[in-house]
Amino acid sequence: MHFPVASSPHLQGGNAIRSVMGQVLLALVPGTAALWWYFGWGVLINITLACVAAVAAEWVTLKLRKRDPWPAVSDLSAVVTAWLLALALPPLLPWWQTVLGSVFAIVLVKQLFGGIGYNPFNPAMAAYAFLLISFPADMTHWLQPSVLSGETLPLQQTLQAIFQGTAVLGAQWDAISGATPLDHMRTELSRNLMISEIRQSPVWGDFGGLGWEWVGNWFLLGGLFLIWRGVISWRIPVSMLAALLLVAGMFWAVDPETHPFPAFHLFSGAAILGAFFIATDPVSASTTPRGQLIYGALIGALVFVIRTWGGYPDAVAFAVLLMNMAAPTIDHYTQPRVFGAEGKGNG
Amino acid sequence: MPEYPKPAWDFHGGLHIDDHKSESLATPLREAGIPTSLTLPLQQHIGQAAEPVVQVGDEVLKGQLIARASDYVSANLHAPTSGRVVEIAERPIAHPSGLSAQCIVLESDGQDRWGELPEPIENYREADPADLRERLRWAGIVGLGGAVFPTSVKTNTTGRVIDTLILNAAECEPYITCDDRLMRDHPGDVIDGALILQHIVSAGQVLIGIEQNKPEAIAALQAEIDARGLNEMRLVVVPTKYPSGGEKQLIYLLTGIEVPSRGLPLEVGILCQNVATTAAIADAVLRGRPLISRIVTLTGEGVTQPGNLRVAIGTSIRDLVNEMGGYTAQAQRLIMGGPMMGFALGSDELPVVKGSNCFIAASREEIPDPVSASPCIRCGECVKVCPAQLLPQQLYWFARSRDFDKTQDHHLFDCIECGCCAYVCPAHIPLVQYYRFAKTEIWASERERAKADHARRRHEFHEARLKRLEEERQARLRKKKEVLRKKPASGGDPKKAAIDAAMKRVAAKKAAQRPPEQSQGPEQAPEQEKEA
Amino acid sequence: MGVLSAILTLTLLAGVFGLLLGYAAVRFRVEGDPIVEQIDALLPQTQCGQCGYAGCRPYAEAIAAGEAEINRCPPGGEAGMIALADLLGRDPVPLEDEEAAAKPKSVAYIREAECIGCTLCIQACPVDAILGAAKQMHSIIADECTGCELCLPPCPVECIDMVPIRETPETWRWPYPDRKPWLQEAGDA
Repeated sequence: MHFPVASSPHLQGGNAIRSVMGQVLLALVPGTAALWWYFGWGVLINITLACVAAVAAEWVTLKLRKRDPWPAVSDLSAVVTAWLLALALPPLLPWWQTVLGSVFAIVLVKQLFGGIGYNPFNPAMAAYAFLLISFPADMTHWLQPSVLSGETLPLQQTLQAIFQGTAVLGAQWDAISGATPLDHMRTELSRNLMISEIRQSPVWGDFGGLGWEWVGNWFLLGGLFLIWRGVISWRIPVSMLAALLLVAGMFWAVDPETHPFPAFHLFSGAAILGAFFIATDPVSASTTPRGQLIYGALIGALVFVIRTWGGYPDAVAFAVLLMNMAAPTIDHYTQPRVFGAEGKGNG
Repeated sequence: MPEYPKPAWDFHGGLHIDDHKSESLATPLREAGIPTSLTLPLQQHIGQAAEPVVQVGDEVLKGQLIARASDYVSANLHAPTSGRVVEIAERPIAHPSGLSAQCIVLESDGQDRWGELPEPIENYREADPADLRERLRWAGIVGLGGAVFPTSVKTNTTGRVIDTLILNAAECEPYITCDDRLMRDHPGDVIDGALILQHIVSAGQVLIGIEQNKPEAIAALQAEIDARGLNEMRLVVVPTKYPSGGEKQLIYLLTGIEVPSRGLPLEVGILCQNVATTAAIADAVLRGRPLISRIVTLTGEGVTQPGNLRVAIGTSIRDLVNEMGGYTAQAQRLIMGGPMMGFALGSDELPVVKGSNCFIAASREEIPDPVSASPCIRCGECVKVCPAQLLPQQLYWFARSRDFDKTQDHHLFDCIECGCCAYVCPAHIPLVQYYRFAKTEIWASERERAKADHARRRHEFHEARLKRLEEERQARLRKKKEVLRKKPASGGDPKKAAIDAAMKRVAAKKAAQRPPEQSQGPEQAPEQEKEA
Repeated sequence: MGVLSAILTLTLLAGVFGLLLGYAAVRFRVEGDPIVEQIDALLPQTQCGQCGYAGCRPYAEAIAAGEAEINRCPPGGEAGMIALADLLGRDPVPLEDEEAAAKPKSVAYIREAECIGCTLCIQACPVDAILGAAKQMHSIIADECTGCELCLPPCPVECIDMVPIRETPETWRWPYPDRKPWLQEAGDA
């Protein structure tokens, strides 16, 4: 009797890429739902736009590269990239900027380097940086959370604002728009106000901005789910947040009036989202166990540095991109010891 | 007794996978019938192939030597049953390449008559270890755990002290249960063999490493040890994890010692042997029998009656399957070995060899079709599970780009090809294939380099030889010129002088020979002319 | 004044370094050109002459001198050319004779029934792999034969065959893995 032949091992147990990506998306749902609750339909529309654009861009690019598009598109990695990008964007960003960013992420940052597995930079963060630098005004127009403004924009008006520009909203725009907590903190600090004075403002919750910090909590839940499932390792999130807290804590201890309480950093901006979902992108991060600790820690430190002294309010994107550049070097110098070899780390 | 670091209870990496052992342990051990035809490859071991000592047409008896070890690292081969040699030719063998190799084909006469066997060495403790090793060598015993390294060579410790003899009873790969069966049914043979080995290498203590999922075997062995009151032999139960049966992993678990990278356990005073090998050793020493059969597991949903059977080496897999009720309708793949490290066979018309521990006739559910690989997403899952603590990801990238120097920098040859990395890879990349590819390419290029160096030396010698001949020729010519140059001192044309001298020599010769040969006829004349 | 001191300093420095370099050139002088040895180490030593030079060493010298391209060695094949390119820091070049490179490795075999014992092949063999003498049987020592085929032209009765070296399970190499599913019939490998 004759049999077909394949290579060993003949058993396969690990998750497929699609399953990994699917779990990441599942973990993003609570945080996304919180964003929708506080900021309205904008985030969902952005996500839809970005995902559709990303998948279409990937399909077209693969066809142009003369490859079968289905395997690459069906592994859901483009969807995850687009979703993360959309979460980082202001809710009422003009639709064409969202689409542009999404296409940039997939085509330039991912496919032109060779597709999944070959991109040295995190596509979502590179696209965010691209949009931020190209369209600084639109990219810094955020909304106030519904707990402050009292309402969220209805769906129809959200669609109008996204597709026709926020000018359509007229006076209502002024009522609902507002700076992010990080931006607020920054501008007030630059006016030489003390932290204790700044904190008097009603925009603040316990740690971060009112409403904003709860979004962080839901993302934290999703992140812990991923660690529990073994989809991501604990090393990068823990080291990143620990380093952020440590560095922020050091400066706060020295001068509590010009540096906010460390937990503020944790619950503001994309710190939690970045720690669990963005910095852990396996393709662009460090791969060795010790390397991941160093990588995460440096991202955390850089986030604090750029937020405090850099030009933009939120720093996670830039910190991640900078460390993406350093990841191969970190990997080279942190290789684990081989069984039976001597000493710590060689080769 | 040496002071070891504490035994480790875990090694880095590894997998917890379903062991699928119960299917083949439900029935007792069977004795396979004598097949009508046996195909015996001359190479069933590491090292040089054996050389036949029989010819086509010879009648052989069971246990008779039919092929002799051709080198130090080689092994004898014996007839598993009585019969007649019908062919010594290339036949397909169970090898991933699908290539054939030289085999002796026996047609059995059905009588299974034993030939003359050497005397049993019952008092092995008084025997010289060299003699015992010679008995192992005669018996053609090789490592039956799969490595098939000649045991007589392995136990030749060349003066190094062996503190610990370790018996590998782990059998960590799923589906395989032949060692478990052996330990349950013949624990005495296993212990006997261990004691013989202990004497051969003068080991201080004996540790038997066995996985937790074999309670009956543990009980049987422990009972045997207790009954004999053996103090230096200890049964150590290790947690069930694949691949705890890997030699280096088991040594680490039992002694806490890490065998040096690319080194041998011998270097740290340890010798490791599979339990089936020790049972074969007992057979050879205590009963004078050569290695002609072994216990093989036949399992999977593709075989009607999974189980273990003792089968003669050289039996075809098809006969084996027929013994166990034949294939079921779901039989879709045939694997020799376990599902993690075994290789797929294209046909069942292949012989069982000394290293065949298991055959799995699998259904599509048990062993699914392989899927296309996606690109590596650098997730690092492979790094987490590698028992050798390598970086499979890096090895993959370098092997893929054919950067073989870098693969060796990353300790490619420490890879035990266990398959844990490929098992967990979410992109379904056939990682172990890349490492095997890299290893054989490196070996091939080393062979080519050695051949090229050898050819270069021969060529240089060739050139030197020609140069030397040329120089000698020139020297001769120079000498001749010298001689001729001196001649003109005696005056006259040198050529004429030479001719005159030659003619003088001829005349002188003729004068010397003429008197005795004057009475002889003209037939002598040509000879005289030839001499001039 | 400033300019003068600058010129003086630079001249002094140039003098010091020049002396150092001169000393190093003499003290650490290397006899012969090591690059030729390194190139020769990468060549397959078949001594076949297919590159157009009388053996591997002359070809190595020609490459080092820049007279020959690195793609002229068929027995070395693609791998050999890439190795040379890596060593010399040059770009890889397509092989000059792809067909010759693709020929399987062979050893020569003399059909002894037809051999007339003329020793022409023995003289032609660059590695002395042929055993024999005048009017005695000639035989090729297969282990020493490099497959250069230099013995074929001189043989007056054309009794030498090139027999491809057969692959055995010991010399078989695992193929480069393909990303597509591996399911195939055995023996295709």
